[in-house]
Amino acid sequence: MQSVARIIAQRLGLGLVTLFFVSVIIFAAVNMLPGDFAQAILGQGATPEAVEAIRRDLGLDKPPITRYFDWLGGVLQGDFGTSFAAANFRSFTGAETGSGLGSVAAQVAPRFENTLFLAGVTAAIAVPFSLILGVLAALFRNSIFDRAANIGTLTSISSPEFFLAYILILFLAVLNPMLPSLSNIYADMSFGERLERTLLPALTLTLVVTAHMMRMTRAAIINLLASPYIEMARLKGISPLRVIVKHALPNALAPIINVIALNLAYLITGVVVVEVVFVYPGIGQLFVDSVKIRDIPVVQACCLIFAAAYILLNLLADILSILSNPRLRHPK
Amino acid sequence: MSVWLHIALWAAILFGGAWVFRWAGQQLPNPRTRPYFRDMSYAVAFGFLLAAAALYWTVQLYFVDRVVFFRWAVQGFLFFAAAGWAFRLLGRHVGTPGTRKLFRKMPLTAAFGILVILVYAVVAIFADVLAPFGQEQVFERVNVLPGGNPETGGDPRFLLGTDQIGRDLLSRLIYGAQNTVGIAFVTTCLAFLLGASLGFLAATLGGWLDQLLSRGVDVLMAIPSLIFALLLMTIASAWAGSEKWLLTVYMIVIIAVLDSTRVFRLSRAVGANIVVMDYIEAAKLRGETLTYLIFREILPNAYAPLLAEFGLRFCFVFLTIAALSFLGVGIQPPLADWGTMVRDLSQFINFAGVSPLTAALPLMAAGAIALLTVAVNFVVDWMLYQSSGLKD
Repeated sequence: MQSVARIIAQRLGLGLVTLFFVSVIIFAAVNMLPGDFAQAILGQGATPEAVEAIRRDLGLDKPPITRYFDWLGGVLQGDFGTSFAAANFRSFTGAETGSGLGSVAAQVAPRFENTLFLAGVTAAIAVPFSLILGVLAALFRNSIFDRAANIGTLTSISSPEFFLAYILILFLAVLNPMLPSLSNIYADMSFGERLERTLLPALTLTLVVTAHMMRMTRAAIINLLASPYIEMARLKGISPLRVIVKHALPNALAPIINVIALNLAYLITGVVVVEVVFVYPGIGQLFVDSVKIRDIPVVQACCLIFAAAYILLNLLADILSILSNPRLRHPK
Repeated sequence: MSVWLHIALWAAILFGGAWVFRWAGQQLPNPRTRPYFRDMSYAVAFGFLLAAAALYWTVQLYFVDRVVFFRWAVQGFLFFAAAGWAFRLLGRHVGTPGTRKLFRKMPLTAAFGILVILVYAVVAIFADVLAPFGQEQVFERVNVLPGGNPETGGDPRFLLGTDQIGRDLLSRLIYGAQNTVGIAFVTTCLAFLLGASLGFLAATLGGWLDQLLSRGVDVLMAIPSLIFALLLMTIASAWAGSEKWLLTVYMIVIIAVLDSTRVFRLSRAVGANIVVMDYIEAAKLRGETLTYLIFREILPNAYAPLLAEFGLRFCFVFLTIAALSFLGVGIQPPLADWGTMVRDLSQFINFAGVSPLTAALPLMAAGAIALLTVAVNFVVDWMLYQSSGLKD
């Protein structure tokens, strides 16, 4: 067990180092903007005094390295800085808005929660669904069912997310008004109502991620079917379903867990487009809106959060596959 | 409540019907079918019934006028299947013995994929000839409905109608092939040029260059590519200012660099396996230059995996560009492109009950994207299957 703890600590350290470099890259990229933040906030017609005031406000007169560590220090304490829209407002009124809406953290937090809810609902539908489909495809391999599932998943994996989203809207919201096509969610909504509005985006994301997970489940199980112990189980006269579920599946779990974690990481990116289609108030929607109005602090913060979640899930996949396969613990 | 009753009824029919179906099969007097039904598991019987029910629902849905989209989808599917089949038949009888043999063993999906790719290539190259109007040409009649029937608000000149500022949608759809596919193709080529040459260089030289490039790629790959592309596009849009075409050029470079990381990984891995071969050693001892080693020794042997990767990479680049355009930061107007068209026309989907053809407009643009990626995927699938000799 000692070695497992050491490996996990090692991976965690590596993840932290990666995250550090990612934050450096994001910061460096943002600093490649022509002019600086102050000009970007106020636009062309700003007076020099106003630009100077904002520059002092945001600490832009300091050298980049100091600013980077200030930013990083703030991020570590949950302070992502001030949104441009708010800074702009303040520079005109000359007073604190007082509502606390100006800080990026206050903008991001509720939306992050919404996105996690969407991802959670999607995972709750997609993971069991794709596992069952994968097991069935492995059980009836090379049958018509298998081929139809193969073509269906290949089609859904290669369609753009918005195509699937609009098809679902067309059939489930416009032609048969069962679910709302706009997912406007408020803080004080009941769980059931929230779930109903989240269902359509969640179904879209399910279609996107199920294909990959199902194909991997099928491939992982079929890979094992040639092993002698499966042959033995078959010769004992166990039913094919039992052979797969009791004998093949536990040994195929490592690649399956890996691909599930990777797909959850993929969800993080897929969420952006789907949230825009359904006007779902999540972090992806905020990100795209901020990209359009060039609200750099928000873009920076969202990017960092997405990258952190992505790295974390990849790390999780790595650790889980090490835990489930003892051979990986002793690298040659 | 009636919906639940309906579902319960169908479940009862299916679950009970499966049992009856198997039992009825066992009662058949034919001695050849007997063992088949005797050994049939319940799940297989259920599958047969489910397939029959699915067929029944499909036929039923096909004749419902309200969901005319489903009819179009079925017709489109049948048409494409028939076209793929005819194309394969043609390939089996026309051409050199080599291509004829290739077509003989080809699955229908791959033939369909090749046909679709060919059609897209023709449309993209001859868009100027095929499109009735220019992509930037603005007419005085705006928001003409599709169909070309003046009584329903159409205009015979514009078969698919015009958009909110009066541009012909059919022409824009055709030019979209040129712009969207062309830009994606250029981007993929750029990504391959960059990724493959750096990857092979890292594999041949090794040492600190390899370490530097590999760690750099690791860090770049740690950021989800769509997110990173969006961040960089924010900065690029500030650099480009009001020059819209410059933004498109920046987008090509950004996506090419981000995607070259994946190409780098693959070509480095493939190259590292080739570099240790004896013939490379021999070439090195002959005193060949690095360029010769990479282009004459390594590249021809890495051809097959790189070609398959090219197809997959093209799909990813194509989808990324479509997503960026859909979000409004990709290919910029006045260039016609499918992602932007989907976003601009998306509200029309709400008219599905009144005018199905209008509602189909955004789906046509989105479907054009989907069709090409599906086709490329089918072909890549077949190529991988062939080269690996995988037979389950």
